[in-house]
Amino acid sequence: MEAKTVSPPVGWLHTTVGRKVVMALTGLFLITFLVVHLAGNLLLLRDDGGAAFNAYAEFMSTNPFIRVLEILLFAGFVVHIYQGLYFIFRERRGRPKGYARNDASANTNIFSRTMRISALVILIFLIVHLRHFFVEHRFLGSPLTMYESCKLAFENPWYSGFYVVSMVLLAFHLAHGFYSSFQTLGLIVNRRIERVIQWAGAAFAFLVPLGFAIIPLYFLLQTF
Amino acid sequence: MSKPMRFTLKIWRQKNAQEPGHFETYEIDGISPDASFLEMLDVLNEKLIKEGKDPVAFDHDCREGICGSCGMFINGRAHGPLPNITTCRLYMRHFRDGETIVIEPFRAKPFPVIKDLVVDRSALDRIIQTGGYISVNAGSAPDANAIPIPKPVADRAFDYATCIGCGACVAACKNASAMLFTAAKVSHLALLPQGQPERRERVKKMVAQMDAEGFGHCSNTGACAVECPAKIPLTAIAQLQRDFIWANLTPDPYVR
Repeated sequence: MEAKTVSPPVGWLHTTVGRKVVMALTGLFLITFLVVHLAGNLLLLRDDGGAAFNAYAEFMSTNPFIRVLEILLFAGFVVHIYQGLYFIFRERRGRPKGYARNDASANTNIFSRTMRISALVILIFLIVHLRHFFVEHRFLGSPLTMYESCKLAFENPWYSGFYVVSMVLLAFHLAHGFYSSFQTLGLIVNRRIERVIQWAGAAFAFLVPLGFAIIPLYFLLQTF
Repeated sequence: MSKPMRFTLKIWRQKNAQEPGHFETYEIDGISPDASFLEMLDVLNEKLIKEGKDPVAFDHDCREGICGSCGMFINGRAHGPLPNITTCRLYMRHFRDGETIVIEPFRAKPFPVIKDLVVDRSALDRIIQTGGYISVNAGSAPDANAIPIPKPVADRAFDYATCIGCGACVAACKNASAMLFTAAKVSHLALLPQGQPERRERVKKMVAQMDAEGFGHCSNTGACAVECPAKIPLTAIAQLQRDFIWANLTPDPYVR
């Protein structure tokens, strides 16, 4: 046997470029999840006392196919977060001694510079959110329907405020993440495609978090 | 003749790679607005030599934006406050009279400081050595245009080939990633027929070497392309990503 390929000794997914690909793929997977989640949430806005939303919630928590996807979704989050943490430490490895003066705003946008802060806020939001809805209903057997749970939470200005702020940070995260995942998968072949992806990313990062944020505000405003 | 300018310079001084460095402050006066940044440093060094002090060591060679030697971090940016230029093409009129200018070496783990503002960038050469070549049969010179290459392809490949290896991409990147540098060479050769035989191995080897040297990861902030004096576009990075994924996911057709 002759030596054929010189692959990186730890496997290609462990190279910086491979890890970036994992980050992009899990990121895009979580992006598709956001769309599905939003579509379901918008049922909360229907003026039917929560009938449609409760039926949807019931389906999502009992359908075996969805239950399998749920496990995949958790795995997606875990891998995405793990990879992000790895990169935070890797970053320090590349430049142990920083610059005394660094004018990063001159050549990067605020979204890419704040990925770690937005990630942290989204993670805290995720924990609170899962505890409040997922754990409460799946494991603690809440007596409320899902619609009642949402209504109760969103009528609390603190919870709604936290929710809206988290969505702003989600918009920041998506404003860089959407474009970045396409670039990482090598799909941005020329300047024209680059512009299209940047526009699509901006629209997605604006509209999806806005769609989520409208719902708690809708419930909150009804209490006045 | 326009009015001479005055500056306060905060310059990183470091004897060698072992000793810790520090900033030293110098006042400089009577600088022409049309002096280049390097000429301003020349004036400072003449002054230091006359005073019997150690002049500031900095890299420079062609002084016309071609060689990429003059790497330094000026006021928080690689090659100073303007995008897509080298330090030698930065002029003192781009600064305010009386301004304090902070000058540091390019900082990255694979770029150890040799002295003051001079860093060792041979890590970039080692990346090129692992894959920045093509196979050429020995013998008489081939006929010109024996391999037809469409003009747009040649142009695009040339855009990537213009990298001068200055290291500004590494210096500007928040992760000290050498991705734009590596991607420029990968993309240049990936577009040309002469680059095809080694294409699969090239991208794998160059990425492996990039990691082995200790460069950081790429997070697509785009800072590199803003500072690149050769204006290498970010599409180079997309090309590297594509080639790297392809080379690792598809079976090697060259194996018997």
